[in-house]
Amino acid sequence: MSGTATLVTGRPDRRQMLAGLGACTLLIAGALGLQAVRESQYRIQVDDAPMLYVTSVPSANRLALSFRALMADVYWIRAIQHYGDTRLSTSPAKRYSALYPLLNLATSLDPQFTIAYRFGAIFLAEPFPDGAGRVDQALELLNKGLAAEPAKWQYAQDAGFVYFWWVQDYKQAAMWFDKASRIAGAPWWLRSLAATILVEGGDRRSSRLLWMQLYETAEDSWVKNNARLKIAQLDAVDEIDNLARLVTRYRQVLGRFPADWDALRAAGLIGLIPSDPAGAPFVLDATQPGGVTIARSSPLYPLPPQFMRKAGPPS
Amino acid sequence: MARRIGLVAYHVFKESVRDKVLYNLVLFALLMISASYLVGQLTAGQDIKIIKDLGLAASAVFGLFIAVFIGVGLVWKEVDRRSVYNVLVKPIGRHHFIVGKFIGLALTLLVNLAVMATAVYVVLAVMAWTDPTLVRTASVEAPVVDPNLLKAFLLIYVQLLVVTALALFFSTFSSPMLSAALSFGLYVVGHFNADLAHFDAVVKSKTAAALARALYYLLPNLALFDVKTAVVHGTAVPAGYVLLTSGYGLLYAAAVVGLAMLVFARRDFK
Repeated sequence: MSGTATLVTGRPDRRQMLAGLGACTLLIAGALGLQAVRESQYRIQVDDAPMLYVTSVPSANRLALSFRALMADVYWIRAIQHYGDTRLSTSPAKRYSALYPLLNLATSLDPQFTIAYRFGAIFLAEPFPDGAGRVDQALELLNKGLAAEPAKWQYAQDAGFVYFWWVQDYKQAAMWFDKASRIAGAPWWLRSLAATILVEGGDRRSSRLLWMQLYETAEDSWVKNNARLKIAQLDAVDEIDNLARLVTRYRQVLGRFPADWDALRAAGLIGLIPSDPAGAPFVLDATQPGGVTIARSSPLYPLPPQFMRKAGPPS
Repeated sequence: MARRIGLVAYHVFKESVRDKVLYNLVLFALLMISASYLVGQLTAGQDIKIIKDLGLAASAVFGLFIAVFIGVGLVWKEVDRRSVYNVLVKPIGRHHFIVGKFIGLALTLLVNLAVMATAVYVVLAVMAWTDPTLVRTASVEAPVVDPNLLKAFLLIYVQLLVVTALALFFSTFSSPMLSAALSFGLYVVGHFNADLAHFDAVVKSKTAAALARALYYLLPNLALFDVKTAVVHGTAVPAGYVLLTSGYGLLYAAAVVGLAMLVFARRDFK
């Protein structure tokens, strides 16, 4: 009877509507249930290899029409995700293969994308496995930024930083810091930093000066936190030197390597078990230069290699 | 005359409201609010830039879809339903009808874009208020709540008027499907227009180069209206540029509406 009414009026009544909705809900629930069963029985292989849909920069520029900035944002987000995923990955085959192409596309679509150049250079320069370990690409990216915006002294400063910290080419580093200092608006300390580096090379004093200035002038919390971490690492290196001296004294007096920190404490050389600036206890290890090293579990691990190499073996 | 045009325009606006065109604003608001939350999780300190990019791009895309999909049906729908007879037997000239249709859709787009611009400003203001560190980071290039964004919104609007005029023009003699294809085609071509100006660098034929040059002037140069990136980065967009580009767009749109009037005036409805 109600079916006839529907045919006549062409509109279902409230009860029929509810019945229809209920049927639709049941069908959807059934479909979802089947999907869950299928997924539990036949695992879907997810291809998580980084994929570049567009590899050509001119093509990306054309395809973006008037939405280049938004496309640049998308590539920037992809670059961050790729960097983060790869960094956190425990796979032995992990690679940052798409990092430079993604950053290159982002900065080509939006040549004024400051953060993409600056953070990108950090991601690229950081040694593997924490970064791509490609200082050449980091410098290429920064040079590209400087070509797009010659008034951005920050790019020249970052290039100097890459030479200083990762390449340890202090002459080039000083040249770039000097170049940055000559651009209008650059901070005063860049020129004195260039002079200091030229005279003293990459010692800890100039490194600390560089990181302190970066920390104080950073506008971005990520850059600020990174500078804070590097300062803490330098503090840890200083502390390791002090502890290595105590270990040497212990060996000179007792003729053996201390078994643990308690041994040094019993000898009256230290008060408490020494911890690095992040709070993780230092590790006594006779195989390490100086006999003292940082815990692998410490947020400060690994320490800057250029300073660690200078420490001698425990004597 | 103004009253007759106003009547047609008012009905186009009313119809677009009745057709729930302005519902896209809800979608836009949802997009902006969810993006303002998600972007912070996905990117490294570029929240403000991305929200500005997204707000401007979404306004342009939503506007483009309204301009094309409503524009291509403006005349065709009236002819198809034969309601055009009822309109034209009244003391409303064919030219009043076309101009009124154009102004009605322009009004819909204006309301739409004004609400979208307000939504972008509100989202930015809320982000700046809830996280003052964003202000410090973003203000290096441009203020968070930057009045210069209005220049980008204005040029998006003028660009949409050009697209509306083109859609209306195609609507006077073609089916909606073909009109939409042609309108979108011209929108895409309009962004590559500058290539035509330098065609002589790739072809030897002087005739081909002259033809390309002629097309360069004939086709709408829509790339000119894109100041989104510049505004977001705080690069100066001179008022003179905005005025000249707006003037170009308005004159171009007026010319295309004029052509639409001519084509519609010659149509035989018998």
